[in-house]
Amino acid sequence: MWSLSGITNWVDQWLNATFNPTLTLIIEMVIVGVCVISLFAVLGLVLVIMERKVSAWMQIRLGPNRVGPKGMLQSFADTLKLLVKEGFTPNGADKFLFNLAPYLAIIVAMLLMAPIAFAKDFHMWNLNIGVLYVSAVSSISVISILMAGWASNNKYSLMGAMRSGAQIVSYELSAGLAILTIVVLTGSLNLNDIIQSQANGWWIFKGHIPAIIAFVIFIIAVTAETNRAPFDLAEAESELTAGFHTEYSGMKFALFFLAEYVNVFIVCAIGATLFLGGWMPFHIGNWQSFNHVMDFIPSSIWFMGKTFFLIFLIMWFRWTFPRLRIDQLLNLEWKYLLPISMFNILLVTAVAILGWHF
Amino acid sequence: MEKEELKLKITELNTTATFDETGEWLNVTVDAKDWLPFAHQLRNDPVLVFNYLFCVTCIDWKTQLTMVYHLSSTHDRSNTVVIKINLDRNNPEIESVSSIWKTAEFHEREVYEMFGVKFLNHPDLRLLILPDGWEGKNPMLKDFDDPVNMIRL
Amino acid sequence: MVEEIGTNTDGDLLINVGPQHPATHGVLHLVITLNGETIKKVEPHLGYIHRSIEKMCESLTYRQFIYVTSRMDYLSAHINNHACALCVEKGMQIEVPARAQVIRVIMDELTRIASHELWWGAMAMDIGAFTPFFHAFRERESINDIMEETCGARLTMNYMVPGGVMADLHPDFQKKVKAFISFYKTKIDEADELLTGNIIFQNRMKGVGILTKEDAISYGCTGPTARGSGVRCDIRKIYPYEIYNTLEFDEVIETGCDSLSRYLVRLKEIKQSLRIVEQLIDNIPEGDFQAKTKAVLKLPKGEFYSRVETARGELGVYIVSEGGTTPYRIKFRSPGFSNLSALDKMARGSKLGDLVAMMGTLDLVIPDIDR
Repeated sequence: MWSLSGITNWVDQWLNATFNPTLTLIIEMVIVGVCVISLFAVLGLVLVIMERKVSAWMQIRLGPNRVGPKGMLQSFADTLKLLVKEGFTPNGADKFLFNLAPYLAIIVAMLLMAPIAFAKDFHMWNLNIGVLYVSAVSSISVISILMAGWASNNKYSLMGAMRSGAQIVSYELSAGLAILTIVVLTGSLNLNDIIQSQANGWWIFKGHIPAIIAFVIFIIAVTAETNRAPFDLAEAESELTAGFHTEYSGMKFALFFLAEYVNVFIVCAIGATLFLGGWMPFHIGNWQSFNHVMDFIPSSIWFMGKTFFLIFLIMWFRWTFPRLRIDQLLNLEWKYLLPISMFNILLVTAVAILGWHF
Repeated sequence: MEKEELKLKITELNTTATFDETGEWLNVTVDAKDWLPFAHQLRNDPVLVFNYLFCVTCIDWKTQLTMVYHLSSTHDRSNTVVIKINLDRNNPEIESVSSIWKTAEFHEREVYEMFGVKFLNHPDLRLLILPDGWEGKNPMLKDFDDPVNMIRL
Repeated sequence: MVEEIGTNTDGDLLINVGPQHPATHGVLHLVITLNGETIKKVEPHLGYIHRSIEKMCESLTYRQFIYVTSRMDYLSAHINNHACALCVEKGMQIEVPARAQVIRVIMDELTRIASHELWWGAMAMDIGAFTPFFHAFRERESINDIMEETCGARLTMNYMVPGGVMADLHPDFQKKVKAFISFYKTKIDEADELLTGNIIFQNRMKGVGILTKEDAISYGCTGPTARGSGVRCDIRKIYPYEIYNTLEFDEVIETGCDSLSRYLVRLKEIKQSLRIVEQLIDNIPEGDFQAKTKAVLKLPKGEFYSRVETARGELGVYIVSEGGTTPYRIKFRSPGFSNLSALDKMARGSKLGDLVAMMGTLDLVIPDIDR
């Protein structure tokens, strides 16, 4: 059957037959790099138009509908506008850090792409500590936000950056503990092993109540970590105008914007991988014929479907909820989510040891 | 409370007050120097309780300035008096009542910049509406003239 | 006037909110002293949209000056005009025909609904929920359509003249209003479903921006702002004008003194306004829509004060007449000006995020404050 892994294997064999191993590796890295960058661009365009369409749908309006069929090319036009805009650096800004920050944000997002399995046997780097890598690298994103806020020499930016620093550091704990529950159940840090362990059922179904609690906490925590409403205090349009990226314009602003959306995609992809079985098709017990039909759908579609379902969920939050206040935000994490996650880890450990899960 | 009752009550508080009953409400004219103690009495009198100052403004009569305070009570809404105080147009000065009615703080600042009335013991007497550099220029006075920006109808 | 940018001697952060800021809904400028996220002081600087309407009115005739006041509180433009027309009628002792009175009141209440709808959406947007804004605009739009059909304008309607209204109602008016009422009744509870019951919203509003009853009176607060603190101050009830004393409606009072109370007062007020419109829409008496008045109006020498309940509170119009065709001095006691003065008192000690919630529930319209 046609599959993405088939294509990659074919390319690999062809390159190996034509060039020597070192050159093959270099060429493959270049191909992967190009693929990541184009995926970035496509993701940015798709997610922006999706956000606008989802928000329009929730707000009883049409949304973009002029550029291209049904307004689908609107984000191309927006990108073009941002590209030709002047990249303005304020006078009092720390020029080096100011210009570095958006690139740091985008690099972090790119690094996070590495261990994700997009389809069966289709990933950039089968890392044996994938989960650890993801949680470690995602922490770096706070530095870019702090850097942007500090270097802008703007009080709104500074406050936004400080808020976001407190927020991301706090919510990382819950997100980490939620991820850990699945690691405890699987016994592996490798994302591919985690997916394989869900061949007979996704963890959200197999893991009883602890897995569901972990899933809910994970979704809340990653919404906060990606600075999206109702946790968008770092930007807080009505309080801090635009928070840490108040002073950014043109392509530098676009990079922050892109990084936000790609981060949303990545956390949703990880959520789908951990809880919803990644590219594993949906199976129901012994319904052989049903399971075969499900198997017929390509694994990449399964992965993207699940990821975009979670992205839709996060967008739904954004257009429904009001924003929290900073003290309420930290209360929620330290007084509620963190104790619950810690207790949940105990519970899931007991479940794993006693083998209560399916 | 009827006008007559109010009049009697106010005469008890301030014997020098003069009355004018032509308008909708009772108009009371007092001296500028009596104003602050009189205001205290109006606010704290157990029967009158004029706790609601709803309008503070000034009128430029070309020969004098007149401060106008509209007072009412939330306990008895029919109690309404208009206090008028005539001020010297060349050196208008009056005690601030912002310690009695908080709303007076903003209203007095507005009167200060528009008419140039100086409110003594006001906590923060600065320009509120006009931009910097307009100190001393009082646009609501009848003889105000701005040769650059004036539009005449 | 504007403090030096930076920090003051106590190491507090001075931050300028406005005049261009998404939460100020206009050109309000607040200088906020912050200690971390906690507000120590809020200082409003006004005047960015000051047009000195009072001075302008001194050179406009009694027929003309009414329409300038539409530009004060543009969201309740019709009610502003109403206050001015009432003041002129009081001075001239003009008897307004019954039909005109009913039309005026219906229009007042429709304006109030539209204004509160806009406030609801804008306030939700202030605290970070974007969707209510668009839902609110859908309802407001249908009111604006009714207004447009009746008097040709959607926002600043200029429908009032001393002695009545400018033109008779459109033949479709009753049908349109009834259609609006039945449509609106299906949507009115959406506000509660979408926002009021939300736990985040409740947390953001409860106990925030406390304004005690004493302070509300002392600061001269009126309208829903004061009624949220338990002050009875609905001018329609305590000093009824036009036909309000014959109508059945409740004065909405909440005693929570916080942002949530002020929010609930406005939501409930929408329902009361709807009740008034429902009572009147089938009972518009036949007759003249305008009293016979002279072409040139001259108010007798004296002082005249009229007040109405706008969507924001008590609007007073104080005319000093010397007997001419133009007012000698005119003063508008605008509700927003007094309500704003209480902001500093409310905001001290709370978080920066709460400030927008407070400003939202004060329902500030900047041209109304600046005049």
